[in-house]
Amino acid sequence: MQIFADALRDGWTMLSSGAVDVWIIVATSLRVSGVAVAIALVVGLPVGVVLGAGRFIGRRVALVVFNAGMGLPPVFVGLVVAMTLSRRGPLGDLSLLYTTTAMVIAQAVIATPIVAAITAAAVAAVPRELRLQARSLGAPWWRVGLLTLSEARVGLLAAVAGGFGQIISEVGAVQMVGGNLAGDTRVMTTAIVQFTRMGRYGEALALALVLMAIVVFVNVALVSMQTSADRYEGGRR
Amino acid sequence: MRRATAFALITVLAFSMVGCSKPGDRDSSSTPTGDKTELVLASTTSTQDSGLFDEIIPAFQADEPGYTVKVVAVGTGEALKLGESKDADVLLVHSKADEEAFVSNGFGFERRDVMYNDFVLVGPESDPAGVRSAASMAAALKSIAKGAAPFVSRGDDSGTHKKERRLWAAAGVATPTPQAQGWYLSSGQGMGETLKIASEKAGYTLTDRATFLSMKDALDLVVVREGDPDLINQYGVIVVAGARNQVAGQVFFDWILSSKGQKIILDYGYAKYGQTLFTPNAR
Repeated sequence: MQIFADALRDGWTMLSSGAVDVWIIVATSLRVSGVAVAIALVVGLPVGVVLGAGRFIGRRVALVVFNAGMGLPPVFVGLVVAMTLSRRGPLGDLSLLYTTTAMVIAQAVIATPIVAAITAAAVAAVPRELRLQARSLGAPWWRVGLLTLSEARVGLLAAVAGGFGQIISEVGAVQMVGGNLAGDTRVMTTAIVQFTRMGRYGEALALALVLMAIVVFVNVALVSMQTSADRYEGGRR
Repeated sequence: MRRATAFALITVLAFSMVGCSKPGDRDSSSTPTGDKTELVLASTTSTQDSGLFDEIIPAFQADEPGYTVKVVAVGTGEALKLGESKDADVLLVHSKADEEAFVSNGFGFERRDVMYNDFVLVGPESDPAGVRSAASMAAALKSIAKGAAPFVSRGDDSGTHKKERRLWAAAGVATPTPQAQGWYLSSGQGMGETLKIASEKAGYTLTDRATFLSMKDALDLVVVREGDPDLINQYGVIVVAGARNQVAGQVFFDWILSSKGQKIILDYGYAKYGQTLFTPNAR
């Protein structure tokens, strides 16, 4: 256990020293994954609503595709994005490989099916009668959509938390398309891999604990929002 | 609603767990497989990336059927640490001063020269910093710093990174940092990834020749500097004192220094690149 005690001590020293480098790494992680989740929401929410509430041929197939997409291996996404953005790839002229933009693209691709599938599940749970009633009262289609989303809001929070938790913890794709460049594309997960390879367990453990804290915080926030939403609904009944 | 919520939450938790599990980079358990002894060889990513182990490990296992070899490829610094913690049985690394300190601190019995290869400075064909025409390696590095041409460093305390820092020092340039010098990038990764980054960023990097040759078809980089006396890279082998399979480590040590082991090293590279990549020099 000595190895953990030593690592905790070294890690605490690093975090408490307020070394700027560490917080740049944490900030880069939050920024990249935050922007990626925002993009995933813009794309995934409408898709999820259509999948969850729509009636169309091929809906089942589409649902299967998006549910399978939740398990899309990040290394596969990383590989395809790296090949696409590489100088010799189709978008090579943009010189985007090994930039935070490339990381955002890869993470958004990973998060979008997660957001879409969780949204679809939440929207499907909203009673169909509600939409029918709204429509019979003359609400335009977009109002019906918003109403459905508002009824499914707890599930939507799950979509955000699920997508964010997945991509901020992901290491394969960001390593491949970001390159772990110090002060630039280095994020918590790739820094943890690097520190572990270098035998600097203290720094690795400290960053891993910060990462854990962020993921736990997101989930705690989600649960507490859920309980307050349930209470509200209970009072209305 | 509650059911959907529970489903969603379970999904979230399941995925955050998936996200948290990281592939183990190395696993130091050395369980005997059948009646064979598994021997852990700690070496460097650049040696691994060069493909040399694909030649010598099967040859060793054919000559010594009682052993199987597990290669743990990390930086030289980490390889030496694995030796200190006795998580490796034998080391094949390239940072002579550190290796000698390792032995004199009692972690290893003896250090012997095995082979050398050389470093080369690679960069874009256009050579924006004029490295080719520089009078010396020192002048070449100075002109990179002066012209603020992109330079990608391993930044991982590996033997190659240590060599790079010594070259900056020899050139009389304070070691650049990514914080202070925008043109200086630090990948914190292996040689292969670092070469890829240099290629994409149209920058320079210091690499061992073997890794560069094995990857050059995938890179938009050429050798812009080679043959300078500063660029020789000597490999040493050390048996870890008190390691779990110390005897096996000694068998490997003796084999790689034998004329047979040395011949395999000499021949490696001819078939594929038409030149020797590692020059054996055991005495």
